[in-house]
Amino acid sequence: MNAMMIDPKDNVAVAIEPIRKGEEIVLRGGAAGVTATEEITIYHKVAVRPIAKGEPVVKYGEHIGLASADIAPGSHVHTHNVADHREVL
Amino acid sequence: MEFLGYRRPDGRVGVRNKILILPASVCASDTAGIVAGQVEGAVTFHNQNGCSQVGADQQMTVDVMAGYAANPNVYGTVVISLGCENCQMDLVAAAIRERTNKPLEQFIIQECGGTVRTVELAVRAAREMAAEASRMQKEPFPMSELIVGTECGGSDPTSGLASNPLIGEMSDRMVSLGGTSILSETTEFIGAEHILARRGATPEISQRIYDIVHRYEKALQLVGEEVRAGNPSPGNKAGGLTTLEEKSLGCIHKGGHTSVNAVYDYAKPVEAHKGLVIMDTPGNDPSSVAGMVAGGCQVVVFSTGRGTPTGNPIAPVIKITGNKLTFAKMEDNIDLDASPVLYGPQSLEEMGDVLMAELQAVASGKLTKAEALGFTEMAIARVCNYV
Repeated sequence: MNAMMIDPKDNVAVAIEPIRKGEEIVLRGGAAGVTATEEITIYHKVAVRPIAKGEPVVKYGEHIGLASADIAPGSHVHTHNVADHREVL
Repeated sequence: MEFLGYRRPDGRVGVRNKILILPASVCASDTAGIVAGQVEGAVTFHNQNGCSQVGADQQMTVDVMAGYAANPNVYGTVVISLGCENCQMDLVAAAIRERTNKPLEQFIIQECGGTVRTVELAVRAAREMAAEASRMQKEPFPMSELIVGTECGGSDPTSGLASNPLIGEMSDRMVSLGGTSILSETTEFIGAEHILARRGATPEISQRIYDIVHRYEKALQLVGEEVRAGNPSPGNKAGGLTTLEEKSLGCIHKGGHTSVNAVYDYAKPVEAHKGLVIMDTPGNDPSSVAGMVAGGCQVVVFSTGRGTPTGNPIAPVIKITGNKLTFAKMEDNIDLDASPVLYGPQSLEEMGDVLMAELQAVASGKLTKAEALGFTEMAIARVCNYV
């Protein structure tokens, strides 16, 4: 296990170990069927599903921002590809 | 479950037995510092405020001063004012007397005849108070007498995954024991306010949760600023937190799972035996902690991801982290490694036992890392610029 997905609705997982490029993402339930396309720093986020530009990035089952670029599974998800978005809640 | 504490004449129970040398304004702060340095068990802080403030700002400062004096960790207070400041001695003393009947002495520098004469008089008074305080004997009290403040600072993604859920577990246990747990940091409810609002014990409390979040955002917008400008901080981002919403969704885990039974304004008195409550404080740690301590909390449990040294003059601050690398790097500043919540072997529930035992030990007198280092930094929240 090298990553943790908090909620089944999430499209990102959190690396709980440093993940190398080409390494498989392994969650509590087993392999996520996703390979890291780049190095993922420990505790940073990795996409476990494709996220199209403009779509919400989902963690804790909630929206944490909008994708500012198309994000492929296995990519590092952070400030370079996520934009702030204040929702009316 | 019991701890050993100090019974106060106003009915509250303290976990420390300090003499507070309280500067009524910035102009009395250095004098207060000299006095505190001469008396065993005395504490003080640098009060940046107390003068040239608009009404709402001054009220916050007065509430922190009165709340500190009333906090049950304080045996008695020696107030030192300059004499001409807006926070006049009679105003400060009246605010303290509204909250507590504990020992109180007052010295005005301009009336005593300058710093040296004030120091002489105030040191004598504080020394006598310290001698009286030293005669107090600890007694066993149920954990339900505790008001625990919760805080997160220097957060990273482990805060939302491990340390904050562990604080939430402690919060749930304190609530079931009949105590009080305070969730704070309004700016870090942004993006998660709907989750907290669903847990309001009444529709009014739910609405108040939305109101304090919107009020905070609006207040910053009025002066042309944006809450996101400094939040998440560079360290939060380096750790892997991307947006304020992500930080907030991790932050609110400190509140556990019980209903929110009250929402208090900054530094206002918090009721004991109230269950989970919210205080409207900034995300800035030293001022948020100061607000809760002024509210009467005796112990603060503080999670960190990046590692922070924060202490407080009168309340012990228990530091925990879910980041195994940070604990290894900053063990001198952090009391408890919460990373087993993520990696095992202990479960969240088992780690809850560990944290409750630490809370009980610290409440009974065990020094936290921040206390042992003598750390007392704090700040008072503000509304706007000085006038």
